[in-house]
Amino acid sequence: MLQVSIYRYNPETDAEPSMQEFQIDTGGKDLMVLDVLEMIKAQDTTVAYRRSCREGVCGSDGLNMNGKNGLACITPLSETVKNNKLVIRPLPGLPVVRDLVVDMSMFYAQYEKVQPYLQNDTPAPAIERLQSPEDREKLDGLYECILCACCSTSCPSFWWNPDRFIGPAGLLQAYRFLADSRDTATDERLERLDDPFSVFRCHGIQNCVNVCPKGLNPTRAIGHIRHMLLSRAT
Amino acid sequence: MVKSVTSFGRSGLSDWLVQRVSGVILLAYFLCIGATLIGGVSYEEWQAMFAGTGMRIFTMLAILSLAAHAWIGMWAVGTDYLTERMLGSKGNVLRLAFQIGCGLVIFIYVIWAIQILWG
Repeated sequence: MLQVSIYRYNPETDAEPSMQEFQIDTGGKDLMVLDVLEMIKAQDTTVAYRRSCREGVCGSDGLNMNGKNGLACITPLSETVKNNKLVIRPLPGLPVVRDLVVDMSMFYAQYEKVQPYLQNDTPAPAIERLQSPEDREKLDGLYECILCACCSTSCPSFWWNPDRFIGPAGLLQAYRFLADSRDTATDERLERLDDPFSVFRCHGIQNCVNVCPKGLNPTRAIGHIRHMLLSRAT
Repeated sequence: MVKSVTSFGRSGLSDWLVQRVSGVILLAYFLCIGATLIGGVSYEEWQAMFAGTGMRIFTMLAILSLAAHAWIGMWAVGTDYLTERMLGSKGNVLRLAFQIGCGLVIFIYVIWAIQILWG
């Protein structure tokens, strides 16, 4: 029997959070953590968590499993369980709405700051804005982000300054548009990032790289932003 | 764009660059001092080394680098933990007091170093 400890908190009724223990029979199978959560839900229907696609695409079930952030639906027990024990907590640093569900408003506010959409002030061509295969290649490793928030909520700089530091997820998207050959707002984008908090709160500890379920590298993207800022500075 | 009036250069890029350049200077200085100490040095040799203008300038450069490096580092620590968000309204007062304290200590060390080197 797998021992599972789940973070429980209902701000409307509980004075403080607590951990609830469950015994789960996995039948010896190497299930995904989400499967275990579904089994727990069958035992206690009041346990709250987010989920949707169950295949690592939607980014809904970002959780902290045995101390490491990840997507419950694509994290096998063999990867996270130690000594037959699984501790599941909500993503760290964000306010808890209930149990494993967090309020991601601050995360989205930072994402919104980088204006994550193509900006081009030249007249639109008749069909579409073309891009060479080489320029398109520059977006690989950037566009795949699913905004699950595993990276930003594993970053201490984001824990302490979620209202000022854009965080790895937002900065990965900032660079995705800085690197896009079709975007003409590069200077304005860089101008907005050149303060001591937005980018430079990253101290390069690479927690984001360590937890990204899509295998992306926000630290590298942040390094590229720094170099772009440095190149245009006098 | 987040405003800041207490960071070293008022710009994230400038602080980042100063932090790295000062780090390299400090590494070079401590490697130089470390190599001298490991090689074995008498009091007279040590005194003669610091009597040279070159060594004094190098030492002063390292002291100023340390001052800038320390301010940027302590500023980051203060703006991480001593904030309104972490401590409520007293966070701003504590951070300002902490920054004044850090600035004062750094200033005293710089003046003291000048006195030691050229006094």
